[in-house]
Amino acid sequence: MVDKSTTEMLQQYWLYLIYLLGSVFFIVGLKMLSGPKTARNGNFLAAAGMTIAILGTIFMHKNEDGESIGNYGWIFGGIAIGTVVGWISAKKVKMTAMPQMVSLFNGMGGACAALISLVEFGHMHHDASPATILTIVAGLVIGSISFSGSIIAYAKLQEIMKKTFKLPAQNILTIVLLLSILGLSIYIAIGHPSAALFYTVFVLSLLYGILFVLPIGGADMPVVISLLNSFTGVAAAFGGFLYDNQVMLTGGILVGSAGTLLTILMCNAMNRSLTNVIFGSFGGGSSQGGGDASSFAGGAVKSSTPSDVAILMNYAQKVIVVPGYGLAVAQAQHVIHELEALLEGRGVEVKYAIHPVAGRMPGHMNVLLAESNVAYDKLVEMEEINDQFATTDVVFVVGANDVVNPAARSNPASPIYGMPILNADKARTVIVSKRSMAAGYAGIDNELFYYPNCLMLFGDAKDSITKVVNELKGM
Amino acid sequence: MDSIITFIGENIQLIYILILSIFVGIEVISKVPSALHTPLMSGANAIHGVVIIGAIIVMGHAEEGNWPALILGFLAVILGTLNVVGGFVVTDRMLEMFKKKK
Repeated sequence: MVDKSTTEMLQQYWLYLIYLLGSVFFIVGLKMLSGPKTARNGNFLAAAGMTIAILGTIFMHKNEDGESIGNYGWIFGGIAIGTVVGWISAKKVKMTAMPQMVSLFNGMGGACAALISLVEFGHMHHDASPATILTIVAGLVIGSISFSGSIIAYAKLQEIMKKTFKLPAQNILTIVLLLSILGLSIYIAIGHPSAALFYTVFVLSLLYGILFVLPIGGADMPVVISLLNSFTGVAAAFGGFLYDNQVMLTGGILVGSAGTLLTILMCNAMNRSLTNVIFGSFGGGSSQGGGDASSFAGGAVKSSTPSDVAILMNYAQKVIVVPGYGLAVAQAQHVIHELEALLEGRGVEVKYAIHPVAGRMPGHMNVLLAESNVAYDKLVEMEEINDQFATTDVVFVVGANDVVNPAARSNPASPIYGMPILNADKARTVIVSKRSMAAGYAGIDNELFYYPNCLMLFGDAKDSITKVVNELKGM
Repeated sequence: MDSIITFIGENIQLIYILILSIFVGIEVISKVPSALHTPLMSGANAIHGVVIIGAIIVMGHAEEGNWPALILGFLAVILGTLNVVGGFVVTDRMLEMFKKKK
């Protein structure tokens, strides 16, 4: 008898040790992810931590009543299905569709947290403490918001859902919704754990997630994905509290705090507050920035041809490429690298100016250009390159818009006023490759296009750049 | 008030982990070049897949015949695994590209 309990105790301690190792692997893994040289190994390390934590749980975990994990068939079946589907979809997804893929996986994690709460609420003892109930409800609320919000973010980025729209009195509605969720959760926790109320909270949370993301425009998507990412982390951490499970707590909180900081860093890069992103939603496509726009909107833009562009670049000393989301949409990352290599071969210095929020996720452009083998040191961050524009002959803006809009510097009435931008307009010539004169994701006009030193190269970015490359080859 | 203090007292170790993890998370992220933000976000996304452990516990203790619990638990295991596996594989794909030419 004594022996048996000692063995069980030892097994419990082994599991603690495994969880400790898992947590350390997570922390060191995240740390290594932050350096270009160690990043890949960091990812492996975190994955290894996850694997031992999962295996340890399956084979060694015991609940409060000392029962081991059962239902192995279900567990391994679920893991097998998830692994196959997850692996294949992660391998098949195009680099340009990466942000929505991350959002989708994030939604799965949120849904997982919500499901755990749904089951645990059914299992709950009648004498469960308010703290336990609150933990279960919190996991449900945050997990559900993260799930439905991520799915909407996915649909928007995948362009399944094209319109960004706002309900009348959206802000009041969401605040009322949030307050009802909070109020009901506390009411449930302090002694009214009825299933009906619990499911009401579940539905309201799903609804809140949808309403939360719906009005947010494309330019703010990275912020939202990052925020939802940290939500799921917090939801996982509540699971850690519920099961007294250290590795869930460490992993969840680590992501929760890191994700929140990343969200704030992204907001700072756009010179906006988080509340502004959530409630302001300038991506709504409304005409709020229109006040000053009319004064130059009537002016003419100068359109250019691929051969003109080729000549300009061929005789330039220095060319800076400003990539944006349009580059990803047009899949022009390979042809832009070809152009860069061609120009470099002719003694033209070529660099890429990376705005912190270019694309749909921070670093989106870096990932995309890395795919086409653009050298790491050719990608220059905004602070470093902004002084170089004045001495640059040609700036080539490919599918970027708001990040080069001078209104951010000069027009206090503009909704993006104060956002740090790339000073592309300071260069001798600016060439803008764009499909049409349509506004960028902020939904506002860009006065840069009307500047005397700006030439427009209309058409699909990939087609246009291919033509420029061909012209250059003929020179 | 007493119940709050009791809760904190009973869970003091977890609360320590919570507070320290918050600082670790902030510390780890604050030194990242923005070029690596996407892979990092994706890696973090995979790590919160640790919620799968909760799903395994739920699934592992679901009584036979309790179909709602079995089915929801099974779904939770699948979704959690998707989060973990998809997250790590996508991150690896992104990082593979960074490595190629350096």
